[in-house]
Amino acid sequence: MKIKIEKLNAWFGKNQALKNVSLAIPVNTVLAVIGPSGCGKSTLVRCLNRMHETIGSAKWEGKIVLDEESIADFDPVTLRRRVGMIFQRPNPFPTMSILENVTAGLRLNGMRNKKELESIAEISLKKAALWEEVKEKLHQPGVSLSGGQQQRLCIARALAVDPEVLLMDEPCSSLDPISTTHIEELIHELREHYTIVIVTHNMQQAARVSDDTAFLYMGDLVEHGATKKLFTNPKEKRTEEYITGRFG
Amino acid sequence: MNYFLRKNVNRLMLFATFICAILAMIPLVLIFSDLLIRGGGALNFDFFTQLPKPVGETGGGMANAIAGTLMLILTASAMGVPVGVMGGIYLAEFGKGRFSSWVRFSADVLSGTPSIVIGIFAYTLFVLPMKGFSGVSGSFALAIIMIPIILRTTEEMMRLVPVSLREGALALGIHRWKMLTFVVLKTAASGIITAIMLAVARIAGETAPLLFTTLGNQYWNFSPLEPTAALPLQIYTFSISPYEDWQRQALAGAFVLIVIIFLLNALSRLIFHENKN
Repeated sequence: MKIKIEKLNAWFGKNQALKNVSLAIPVNTVLAVIGPSGCGKSTLVRCLNRMHETIGSAKWEGKIVLDEESIADFDPVTLRRRVGMIFQRPNPFPTMSILENVTAGLRLNGMRNKKELESIAEISLKKAALWEEVKEKLHQPGVSLSGGQQQRLCIARALAVDPEVLLMDEPCSSLDPISTTHIEELIHELREHYTIVIVTHNMQQAARVSDDTAFLYMGDLVEHGATKKLFTNPKEKRTEEYITGRFG
Repeated sequence: MNYFLRKNVNRLMLFATFICAILAMIPLVLIFSDLLIRGGGALNFDFFTQLPKPVGETGGGMANAIAGTLMLILTASAMGVPVGVMGGIYLAEFGKGRFSSWVRFSADVLSGTPSIVIGIFAYTLFVLPMKGFSGVSGSFALAIIMIPIILRTTEEMMRLVPVSLREGALALGIHRWKMLTFVVLKTAASGIITAIMLAVARIAGETAPLLFTTLGNQYWNFSPLEPTAALPLQIYTFSISPYEDWQRQALAGAFVLIVIIFLLNALSRLIFHENKN
């Protein structure tokens, strides 16, 4: 198992966002987290790289284990280099060029060697399926790209620091259908080398890209299992109602 | 109300707002054209290179006052810019409690404090114990005027940087101070530079706080501990004098000062727009 979550509880102030969530994520698989708005999907992934606790009133309890090591014992900065994250809206740094964006994580952590940086940038952009589109204009601003390209740029930026896990918090929610397809194809390729957790509102997307699916409702983990099984033969009544569109 | 009445009321109000918009512009246009005609005529090469001549002799310039003003602005910025920017960073990033709201409140009150009061403050703090007027005491007063402007704008500009960029940087495993310096501060930089330019433009023309700190000087002086000439002071002294030649020089000085302020404003706009695109 790459990640094990045991009895995870999370709060925003007095509001409990996650209640006793336990699940495990095998190495190099894709876990989709689905559920209606406000069910705690984002909070769950944000606990995995300890971004949750950067919000003032937020706290969490329970155990999260990455490769046999509790993430509570990590320095959050080190943890985040191993557990990368893609956000809902593409967020390239506006003052940086495409190349600078991709290498931002490395440069700001002290890597100076220009040749090495450029070769890592090329590899990362290729992995993010963006290289062909930007190789002629690496020095143009990152924000000059289209929304879908910006999101792949952010994926390349996350890949450049060489993480093992990728968290994706609704990565396609602000993209058009074609860009969404690009990202989904990308997830298919990335799963060979990375463990991926993707939050999505779109159940077809969850069914297309994931091995396992977790259904959250009001902070509870209602059901968790193989995606095929969960979508064709759910155990819980609430899961069935949600995936058939009767609520949520 | 019938249709024609309504339409005419609309015309009347539109006209009234238009007239008020024009009224707001008229003072600047009048000042600028008057200075251009009367002061511009008195401008010559000597004005920028010569010392003021004693009464009775014609010619001379304000070279020492121009240099003095530049020196005052530089030392005031050296004191005021770091305090304003760093304080603004604190307020934007770390200041959440009651202390910060007090800092904000004091800054707002300070920026509304009459500059002559700030001059008296600098006089009591520097001139009295040092037993003499000095450039540095004037710079100190000017720095106090700059600080609240820069502090509040830096805070606003840092806050305008979206949370998504901060989170994006943190999620890459970047330390917080690096995220603040190389992502947030860099993104906010054009706004902060604009604020600094506007603060400089504001203090360039300040006269009151210099009256009993810098005092003014008819000769060259480059020591910060001696009375120093400054354009606004020179304009003040010359324009209230009974000598026609000095009055003409004062107009020329005022023209130069307003052009400097105009250029600083234009430059700050340019920087802001350049970075926005």
